[in-house]
Amino acid sequence: MENITCTFCGSVCDDVYLDSRTFKHKDLCPLGEAKFSKKKRIEYPSIEGKKVSYDEAIDKAVEILVEAKRPLLFGWSSTVNEAIRQGVILSEKVGGIYDQCSSVCHAPGTLALIEEGLPGGSLGQIKNRTDLTIMWGCNPVEAHPRHPTRYSVMAKGFLTKGRTDRKVVVVDVRKTVSALMATDYIIVEPGTDYLIFSALRAIVSGNEDVLPEKIGGVPKEKLIELANLMLNSKYITILFGLGLSHIRGHDRNIENIIKLVQLMNRHTRCILQPMRGHYNVVGAGEVAAWECGFEWAVDFSRGYPRFSPSEFTATEALLRRDVDAALIVSSDPAAHIPKAAVSQLKKIPVIQIDPFPNLTTLLSNVIIPCAITGLEAEGNSYRMDGVPVRVKKIVDSDFWSDEKILRKMVQKAQALRFGD
Amino acid sequence: MLEIIVNTGRTQEQGTLVEDKLTSEYFQSVSYCEMNEADFKSLGLVEEDRVKIKTDFGDVVLYARKNVIDETEIPEGMVFIPMGPYANQIISYETDGTGTPMFKGVKGVIEKTEEEVLSIEDLFEVI
Repeated sequence: MENITCTFCGSVCDDVYLDSRTFKHKDLCPLGEAKFSKKKRIEYPSIEGKKVSYDEAIDKAVEILVEAKRPLLFGWSSTVNEAIRQGVILSEKVGGIYDQCSSVCHAPGTLALIEEGLPGGSLGQIKNRTDLTIMWGCNPVEAHPRHPTRYSVMAKGFLTKGRTDRKVVVVDVRKTVSALMATDYIIVEPGTDYLIFSALRAIVSGNEDVLPEKIGGVPKEKLIELANLMLNSKYITILFGLGLSHIRGHDRNIENIIKLVQLMNRHTRCILQPMRGHYNVVGAGEVAAWECGFEWAVDFSRGYPRFSPSEFTATEALLRRDVDAALIVSSDPAAHIPKAAVSQLKKIPVIQIDPFPNLTTLLSNVIIPCAITGLEAEGNSYRMDGVPVRVKKIVDSDFWSDEKILRKMVQKAQALRFGD
Repeated sequence: MLEIIVNTGRTQEQGTLVEDKLTSEYFQSVSYCEMNEADFKSLGLVEEDRVKIKTDFGDVVLYARKNVIDETEIPEGMVFIPMGPYANQIISYETDGTGTPMFKGVKGVIEKTEEEVLSIEDLFEVI
């Protein structure tokens, strides 16, 4: 089948060929190839290891969530908008916390966007117009392998015809494999990005004389060179990764880079694009925002939505022992949150909805397998730049889609809590 | 023993196995740390030796490797660990009010060890 949508990373490549019988493919990167390869599945719904029907597992799951004082409903980034919507409604029905993978990923960037706004564009604009790509604290060769060829480095666009029309600068704390394809790379000391953005703003504003000789381990001359390169470019794209949000400074790093982007737009055109990880992590935020006004860290325990990242993110809520049950959908927090939070997750009842066994399976009491979206189930997703992309169903499956499972859970929760 | 800064992140190998976690291939893709050749030598290591990394948030035993991909380079005084359950033993759960833990830039110390690297199941038991 032509034009399959790959459901691995935030690039959501929609130009893939996949034969649904032989699984032969064209244009998949190694991550996409792994996504569509045959892997061990969760074979049947179970409660405490005992095989049950879908209905029995759903009944038990909803019972746990309704009986809990404040359950955590977490994950959502690797499923479609239709399932996420049911997840937000379910969070409200059971008076729980809705949180999603962003809270261990790009959420500090979203906090910064709330403060400063998003000076963004689309991946199409990056492909067609960008003559200077700056990759700051991100490593697309490892994490978004087709991004450089489709959009940001070698891509052949209308105005920028290819690699020779485009300069690429990589800024990171180590020389990554992405630095190997760059025109230039700059190594910074960990946790000094905020200082370097301030220094670049000073240079662009004509105040370079106030700067010391080295900032964040980078010679002042090198930053002046970068600032001049930016000022002499027609369309700059800054791609940033978790190198900014997972380190000291968190959201403030991204606020400062947005201020730099705002300043650059007085001289030339400059946009900022977070390199979002999972294919629909943007949807996990956007859908929640349609439904309740907030993207993540939303508590419904008082009957109305409250947003507070320092209290209602998975990590904080678990560390404070503020949640007494958890529903994990299309995610694996046991492998991707700090040890102390996993320790607490092990002590509470956990329900998992996922196609594949993972570390969260090892601590889950109720396990509900689902169809793989993008292969066995369809729906809508948002690409990293917010462009909606249709996710297709390619093969039939006996597994229920997570949307169907969650829709049943919403109906059951409504009946149990409100009696209709 | 060396003072180091712990850095974590995606690798393509880890990414390809992220939906296949209960396998030996996934274990191999996340249970090592990568470091500069000079640090590797000063710790007296050969490939596949084990190291113990301690931070304020925990400790973990990992296989030691020097720069995994040719021409890439990790600065002296830094180790890189692929994101996953082993890295999460020692990263900071402090979020500075953002709700997002500090997965990168955590200070720690590293030393050679004879202790074994725990399997994922055993690691999970001791959490």
